[in-house]
Amino acid sequence: MGMLIYGLLTGILFGFLLQKGRVVRYDKQIGALRFQDMTIIKFMMSAIIVGMVGIHFFDTFGLVQLLYKPLVLGENITGGMLFGLGWGLLGYCPGTQGGALGEGRWDALWGILGMIVGAGLYAETYPFLMKNVLNLGNYGYLTIPQLIGVNRWLVVIIFIAGVLALFRWFEKKGL
Amino acid sequence: MELGNKDEGSWSPYIAGGLSGLVIIVSVMWTGQFFGASTSFVRSAGMLGKLTGPERVAQLEYFIRYLPKLDWQLMFVIGIFVGSLIASVWSGSFKLQGVPDMWAERFGTSPVKRGIVAFIGGIIAMFGARLADGCPSGHGLSGIIQLAVSGLIAMIFFFVGGIIMTRLLYSGGNK
Repeated sequence: MGMLIYGLLTGILFGFLLQKGRVVRYDKQIGALRFQDMTIIKFMMSAIIVGMVGIHFFDTFGLVQLLYKPLVLGENITGGMLFGLGWGLLGYCPGTQGGALGEGRWDALWGILGMIVGAGLYAETYPFLMKNVLNLGNYGYLTIPQLIGVNRWLVVIIFIAGVLALFRWFEKKGL
Repeated sequence: MELGNKDEGSWSPYIAGGLSGLVIIVSVMWTGQFFGASTSFVRSAGMLGKLTGPERVAQLEYFIRYLPKLDWQLMFVIGIFVGSLIASVWSGSFKLQGVPDMWAERFGTSPVKRGIVAFIGGIIAMFGARLADGCPSGHGLSGIIQLAVSGLIAMIFFFVGGIIMTRLLYSGGNK
Protein backbone atom coordinates (compact mmCIF):
# COMPACT_ATOMS: atom_id res chain seq x y z
CA MET A 1 0.00 0.00 0.00
CA GLY A 2 2.81 2.41 0.89
CA MET A 3 4.40 1.84 -2.51
CA LEU A 4 1.15 2.76 -4.26
CA ILE A 5 0.96 6.04 -2.37
CA TYR A 6 4.61 6.84 -3.10
CA GLY A 7 3.93 6.11 -6.75
CA LEU A 8 0.97 8.45 -6.81
CA LEU A 9 2.84 11.24 -5.01
CA THR A 10 5.90 10.92 -7.23
CA GLY A 11 3.64 11.01 -10.27
CA ILE A 12 1.85 14.12 -9.02
CA LEU A 13 5.16 15.93 -8.54
CA PHE A 14 6.43 14.85 -11.95
CA GLY A 15 3.12 15.69 -13.66
CA PHE A 16 3.15 19.12 -12.03
CA LEU A 17 6.67 19.79 -13.34
CA LEU A 18 5.89 18.39 -16.80
CA GLN A 19 2.92 20.73 -17.10
CA LYS A 20 4.91 23.69 -15.77
CA GLY A 21 7.68 22.98 -18.26
CA ARG A 22 5.07 22.77 -21.05
CA VAL A 23 6.38 19.48 -22.33
CA VAL A 24 3.20 17.40 -22.45
CA ARG A 25 1.62 19.11 -25.45
CA TYR A 26 1.44 17.72 -28.97
CA ASP A 27 2.86 20.95 -30.38
CA LYS A 28 5.91 20.69 -28.13
CA GLN A 29 6.55 17.01 -28.80
CA ILE A 30 6.13 17.26 -32.55
CA GLY A 31 7.86 20.65 -32.49
CA ALA A 32 11.02 18.91 -31.31
CA LEU A 33 10.76 16.20 -33.97
CA ARG A 34 10.43 18.97 -36.57
CA PHE A 35 13.39 20.89 -35.08
CA GLN A 36 11.22 23.92 -34.39
CA ASP A 37 10.95 23.96 -30.60
CA MET A 38 13.39 22.13 -28.36
CA THR A 39 11.48 22.56 -25.09
CA ILE A 40 11.10 18.83 -24.48
CA ILE A 41 14.81 18.21 -25.11
CA LYS A 42 15.74 20.99 -22.67
CA PHE A 43 13.46 19.50 -20.03
CA MET A 44 14.58 15.95 -20.59
CA MET A 45 18.29 16.67 -20.74
CA SER A 46 18.10 18.86 -17.61
CA ALA A 47 16.38 16.04 -15.74
CA ILE A 48 18.95 13.57 -17.05
CA ILE A 49 22.07 15.50 -16.06
CA VAL A 50 20.76 16.31 -12.56
CA GLY A 51 19.60 12.72 -12.07
CA MET A 52 22.84 11.33 -13.49
CA VAL A 53 25.07 13.22 -11.05
CA GLY A 54 22.87 12.36 -8.07
CA ILE A 55 22.37 8.69 -8.87
CA HIS A 56 26.03 7.98 -9.56
CA PHE A 57 27.10 10.02 -6.53
CA PHE A 58 24.85 8.07 -4.18
CA ASP A 59 25.71 4.81 -5.93
CA THR A 60 29.39 5.25 -5.02
CA PHE A 61 28.26 5.21 -1.39
CA GLY A 62 25.96 2.26 -1.99
CA LEU A 63 22.87 4.30 -1.18
CA VAL A 64 20.96 3.49 -4.35
CA GLN A 65 20.37 0.35 -6.35
CA LEU A 66 20.91 0.68 -10.11
CA LEU A 67 18.24 -0.95 -12.25
CA TYR A 68 18.56 -0.67 -16.00
CA LYS A 69 17.59 -2.69 -19.04
CA PRO A 70 19.89 -5.12 -20.84
CA LEU A 71 21.21 -4.20 -24.27
CA VAL A 72 19.39 -6.30 -26.86
CA LEU A 73 20.04 -4.67 -30.21
CA GLY A 74 17.20 -6.44 -32.05
CA GLU A 75 14.67 -5.24 -29.49
CA ASN A 76 16.09 -1.82 -28.73
CA ILE A 77 16.49 -0.85 -32.39
CA THR A 78 13.30 -2.28 -33.98
CA GLY A 79 11.19 -1.44 -30.94
CA GLY A 80 12.72 2.02 -30.69
CA MET A 81 12.07 2.69 -34.36
CA LEU A 82 8.46 1.46 -34.14
CA PHE A 83 7.86 3.53 -31.03
CA GLY A 84 9.20 6.59 -32.84
CA LEU A 85 6.90 6.09 -35.83
CA GLY A 86 3.89 5.76 -33.54
CA TRP A 87 5.03 8.71 -31.44
CA GLY A 88 5.24 10.84 -34.60
CA LEU A 89 1.60 9.99 -35.35
CA LEU A 90 0.31 10.43 -31.81
CA GLY A 91 2.45 13.30 -30.56
CA TYR A 92 2.31 12.06 -26.98
CA CYS A 93 4.38 9.48 -25.14
CA PRO A 94 3.30 6.88 -22.59
CA GLY A 95 4.38 8.79 -19.51
CA THR A 96 3.39 12.28 -20.51
CA GLN A 97 0.06 11.75 -22.25
CA GLY A 98 -1.74 11.43 -18.92
CA GLY A 99 -0.34 14.90 -18.28
CA ALA A 100 -1.70 16.11 -21.62
CA LEU A 101 -5.12 14.81 -20.65
CA GLY A 102 -4.71 16.50 -17.26
CA GLU A 103 -4.37 19.91 -18.87
CA GLY A 104 -7.42 19.31 -21.04
CA ARG A 105 -5.92 17.91 -24.24
CA TRP A 106 -8.52 15.19 -24.57
CA ASP A 107 -7.25 13.76 -27.86
CA ALA A 108 -4.72 12.06 -25.56
CA LEU A 109 -7.58 9.74 -24.57
CA TRP A 110 -7.41 8.11 -28.01
CA GLY A 111 -3.70 7.66 -27.56
CA ILE A 112 -4.19 6.07 -24.14
CA LEU A 113 -6.80 3.66 -25.56
CA GLY A 114 -4.51 2.87 -28.50
CA MET A 115 -1.66 2.16 -26.12
CA ILE A 116 -3.74 -0.24 -24.06
CA VAL A 117 -4.70 -2.05 -27.28
CA GLY A 118 -1.05 -2.01 -28.39
CA ALA A 119 0.05 -3.55 -25.10
CA GLY A 120 -2.60 -6.27 -25.48
CA LEU A 121 -1.44 -6.99 -29.04
CA TYR A 122 2.10 -7.24 -27.81
CA ALA A 123 1.09 -9.72 -25.12
CA GLU A 124 -0.67 -11.82 -27.80
CA THR A 125 2.36 -11.85 -30.12
CA TYR A 126 4.96 -12.16 -27.36
CA PRO A 127 5.39 -15.96 -27.62
CA PHE A 128 6.02 -15.64 -31.37
CA LEU A 129 8.37 -12.68 -30.97
CA MET A 130 10.19 -14.46 -28.19
CA LYS A 131 11.12 -17.26 -30.58
CA ASN A 132 11.99 -15.15 -33.60
CA VAL A 133 12.96 -11.55 -32.92
CA LEU A 134 13.71 -11.07 -29.26
CA ASN A 135 17.17 -11.76 -27.94
CA LEU A 136 18.80 -10.89 -31.27
CA GLY A 137 22.10 -9.22 -30.39
CA ASN A 138 21.80 -9.70 -26.65
CA TYR A 139 24.78 -8.12 -24.89
CA GLY A 140 23.25 -8.23 -21.42
CA TYR A 141 23.62 -5.48 -18.85
CA LEU A 142 26.05 -3.02 -20.35
CA THR A 143 26.83 0.59 -19.50
CA ILE A 144 28.67 3.14 -21.60
CA PRO A 145 31.68 3.26 -19.21
CA GLN A 146 31.92 -0.56 -19.35
CA LEU A 147 31.66 -0.52 -23.13
CA ILE A 148 34.54 1.90 -23.61
CA GLY A 149 36.41 0.86 -20.49
CA VAL A 150 36.73 4.16 -18.63
CA ASN A 151 35.71 5.56 -15.26
CA ARG A 152 32.01 6.44 -15.21
CA TRP A 153 32.66 9.95 -13.94
CA LEU A 154 34.62 10.71 -17.09
CA VAL A 155 31.55 9.73 -19.13
CA VAL A 156 29.29 11.79 -16.84
CA ILE A 157 31.48 14.89 -17.23
CA ILE A 158 31.71 14.56 -21.01
CA PHE A 159 27.97 13.95 -21.24
CA ILE A 160 27.17 17.05 -19.18
CA ALA A 161 29.60 19.18 -21.20
CA GLY A 162 27.91 17.98 -24.38
CA VAL A 163 24.45 18.76 -23.05
CA LEU A 164 25.47 22.26 -21.92
CA ALA A 165 26.96 22.93 -25.37
CA LEU A 166 23.70 21.73 -26.91
CA PHE A 167 21.69 24.08 -24.63
CA ARG A 168 23.89 27.02 -25.62
CA TRP A 169 23.36 26.23 -29.25
CA PHE A 170 19.55 25.96 -28.78
CA GLU A 171 19.47 29.37 -27.11
CA LYS A 172 21.64 30.93 -29.78
CA LYS A 173 19.33 29.57 -32.48
CA GLY A 174 16.22 30.50 -30.50
CA LEU A 175 14.92 26.92 -30.58
CA MET B 1 18.11 30.89 -20.81
CA GLU B 2 14.65 32.43 -20.78
CA LEU B 3 12.84 32.17 -17.46
CA GLY B 4 9.41 33.56 -18.09
CA ASN B 5 7.46 34.19 -21.26
CA LYS B 6 3.98 35.00 -22.47
CA ASP B 7 2.64 31.56 -21.56
CA GLU B 8 0.68 31.94 -18.31
CA GLY B 9 2.31 30.19 -15.35
CA SER B 10 4.98 28.32 -17.31
CA TRP B 11 8.43 27.66 -15.93
CA SER B 12 11.67 27.40 -17.84
CA PRO B 13 12.05 23.82 -19.10
CA TYR B 14 15.58 23.85 -17.65
CA ILE B 15 14.23 24.57 -14.16
CA ALA B 16 11.25 22.20 -14.39
CA GLY B 17 13.48 19.49 -15.89
CA GLY B 18 16.21 19.96 -13.29
CA LEU B 19 13.67 19.71 -10.48
CA SER B 20 12.34 16.52 -12.08
CA GLY B 21 15.89 15.17 -11.89
CA LEU B 22 15.81 15.81 -8.14
CA VAL B 23 12.46 14.01 -7.88
CA ILE B 24 14.03 11.02 -9.65
CA ILE B 25 16.96 10.96 -7.19
CA VAL B 26 14.67 11.10 -4.15
CA SER B 27 12.40 8.42 -5.62
CA VAL B 28 15.29 6.04 -6.26
CA MET B 29 16.80 6.63 -2.81
CA TRP B 30 13.54 6.35 -0.97
CA THR B 31 11.64 3.62 -2.79
CA GLY B 32 14.16 2.22 -5.28
CA GLN B 33 11.88 3.18 -8.16
CA PHE B 34 13.22 4.63 -11.39
CA PHE B 35 10.72 6.38 -13.67
CA GLY B 36 8.97 4.33 -16.33
CA ALA B 37 5.54 4.24 -17.89
CA SER B 38 4.96 1.66 -20.59
CA THR B 39 4.67 -1.41 -18.34
CA SER B 40 1.58 0.24 -16.84
CA PHE B 41 -0.20 -0.11 -20.17
CA VAL B 42 0.49 -3.84 -20.13
CA ARG B 43 -1.00 -4.10 -16.65
CA SER B 44 -3.98 -1.98 -17.72
CA ALA B 45 -4.53 -4.12 -20.81
CA GLY B 46 -4.42 -7.19 -18.58
CA MET B 47 -6.90 -5.71 -16.14
CA LEU B 48 -9.33 -4.78 -18.93
CA GLY B 49 -8.75 -8.15 -20.57
CA LYS B 50 -9.69 -9.90 -17.35
CA LEU B 51 -13.14 -8.32 -17.60
CA THR B 52 -13.81 -9.74 -21.07
CA GLY B 53 -11.71 -12.88 -21.30
CA PRO B 54 -10.12 -13.89 -18.00
CA GLU B 55 -9.05 -17.35 -19.31
CA ARG B 56 -7.14 -15.78 -22.19
CA VAL B 57 -5.33 -13.34 -19.89
CA ALA B 58 -4.39 -16.14 -17.50
CA GLN B 59 -2.87 -18.04 -20.44
CA LEU B 60 -0.70 -15.31 -21.83
CA GLU B 61 2.90 -15.49 -20.69
CA TYR B 62 3.35 -11.73 -20.88
CA PHE B 63 0.59 -11.14 -18.34
CA ILE B 64 2.23 -13.67 -16.07
CA ARG B 65 5.46 -11.70 -16.30
CA TYR B 66 3.60 -8.44 -15.72
CA LEU B 67 0.65 -9.29 -13.52
CA PRO B 68 -2.51 -7.25 -14.13
CA LYS B 69 -2.51 -5.32 -10.87
CA LEU B 70 -1.90 -1.86 -9.46
CA ASP B 71 1.73 -1.19 -8.69
CA TRP B 72 4.04 1.77 -8.04
CA GLN B 73 4.38 2.60 -11.71
CA LEU B 74 0.70 2.52 -12.60
CA MET B 75 0.00 4.87 -9.68
CA PHE B 76 2.88 7.03 -10.91
CA VAL B 77 1.28 7.29 -14.36
CA ILE B 78 -2.08 8.19 -12.79
CA GLY B 79 -0.28 10.73 -10.60
CA ILE B 80 1.11 12.46 -13.70
CA PHE B 81 -2.47 13.12 -14.80
CA VAL B 82 -3.38 14.50 -11.37
CA GLY B 83 -0.23 16.65 -11.10
CA SER B 84 -0.75 18.16 -14.52
CA LEU B 85 -4.41 18.82 -13.76
CA ILE B 86 -3.46 20.63 -10.54
CA ALA B 87 -0.74 22.70 -12.21
CA SER B 88 -2.88 23.67 -15.20
CA VAL B 89 -6.03 24.55 -13.27
CA TRP B 90 -4.02 26.48 -10.69
CA SER B 91 -2.20 28.57 -13.30
CA GLY B 92 -5.22 28.98 -15.58
CA SER B 93 -3.61 27.16 -18.49
CA PHE B 94 -6.10 24.27 -18.45
CA LYS B 95 -7.83 24.18 -21.81
CA LEU B 96 -10.18 21.61 -23.30
CA GLN B 97 -8.82 20.89 -26.74
CA GLY B 98 -9.38 17.83 -28.93
CA VAL B 99 -7.26 18.86 -31.91
CA PRO B 100 -3.77 20.30 -31.30
CA ASP B 101 -2.99 23.65 -32.99
CA MET B 102 -0.14 22.32 -35.10
CA TRP B 103 -2.24 19.38 -36.25
CA ALA B 104 -5.23 21.61 -37.08
CA GLU B 105 -3.08 23.93 -39.17
CA ARG B 106 -1.99 21.04 -41.33
CA PHE B 107 -4.84 18.52 -41.28
CA GLY B 108 -7.89 20.54 -40.33
CA THR B 109 -10.00 20.72 -37.20
CA SER B 110 -11.81 17.37 -37.42
CA PRO B 111 -11.51 15.65 -34.03
CA VAL B 112 -12.48 12.34 -35.68
CA LYS B 113 -9.53 12.40 -38.07
CA ARG B 114 -7.20 13.41 -35.24
CA GLY B 115 -8.70 10.72 -32.99
CA ILE B 116 -8.22 7.92 -35.51
CA VAL B 117 -4.59 8.83 -36.17
CA ALA B 118 -3.89 9.25 -32.45
CA PHE B 119 -5.41 5.84 -31.72
CA ILE B 120 -3.36 4.11 -34.42
CA GLY B 121 -0.27 6.00 -33.30
CA GLY B 122 -0.87 4.81 -29.76
CA ILE B 123 -1.09 1.17 -30.85
CA ILE B 124 2.16 1.36 -32.84
CA ALA B 125 4.00 3.36 -30.18
CA MET B 126 3.10 0.97 -27.37
CA PHE B 127 3.89 -2.14 -29.41
CA GLY B 128 7.27 -0.57 -30.13
CA ALA B 129 7.85 0.47 -26.53
CA ARG B 130 7.20 -3.06 -25.27
CA LEU B 131 9.45 -4.51 -27.97
CA ALA B 132 12.17 -2.01 -27.05
CA ASP B 133 11.54 -2.84 -23.37
CA GLY B 134 10.90 0.79 -22.46
CA CYS B 135 9.69 4.24 -23.45
CA PRO B 136 11.21 7.75 -23.16
CA SER B 137 10.79 7.49 -19.37
CA GLY B 138 12.22 4.04 -18.79
CA HIS B 139 14.88 4.07 -21.48
CA GLY B 140 15.25 7.80 -22.00
CA LEU B 141 15.33 9.22 -18.49
CA SER B 142 16.12 6.22 -16.32
CA GLY B 143 18.36 4.37 -18.77
CA ILE B 144 20.50 7.33 -19.80
CA ILE B 145 20.82 8.55 -16.19
CA GLN B 146 22.39 5.17 -15.39
CA LEU B 147 24.53 5.37 -18.55
CA ALA B 148 22.92 2.19 -19.92
CA VAL B 149 23.81 1.51 -23.55
CA SER B 150 20.27 0.15 -24.09
CA GLY B 151 18.78 3.49 -23.00
CA LEU B 152 20.95 5.51 -25.32
CA ILE B 153 20.32 3.26 -28.35
CA ALA B 154 16.56 3.13 -27.76
CA MET B 155 16.38 6.91 -27.30
CA ILE B 156 18.25 7.52 -30.54
CA PHE B 157 15.83 5.29 -32.43
CA PHE B 158 12.78 6.86 -30.75
CA PHE B 159 13.89 10.10 -32.33
CA VAL B 160 14.88 8.55 -35.67
CA GLY B 161 11.40 7.01 -36.00
CA GLY B 162 9.71 10.18 -34.80
CA ILE B 163 11.64 12.41 -37.18
CA ILE B 164 10.86 10.10 -40.13
CA MET B 165 7.13 10.11 -39.31
CA THR B 166 6.88 13.87 -38.86
CA ARG B 167 8.80 14.34 -42.12
CA LEU B 168 6.21 12.16 -43.84
CA LEU B 169 3.31 14.00 -42.23
CA TYR B 170 4.51 17.56 -42.43
CA SER B 171 6.80 17.79 -45.47
CA GLY B 172 5.66 20.17 -48.15
CA GLY B 173 4.52 22.91 -45.79
CA ASN B 174 1.05 23.71 -44.54
CA LYS B 175 -1.93 23.57 -46.83
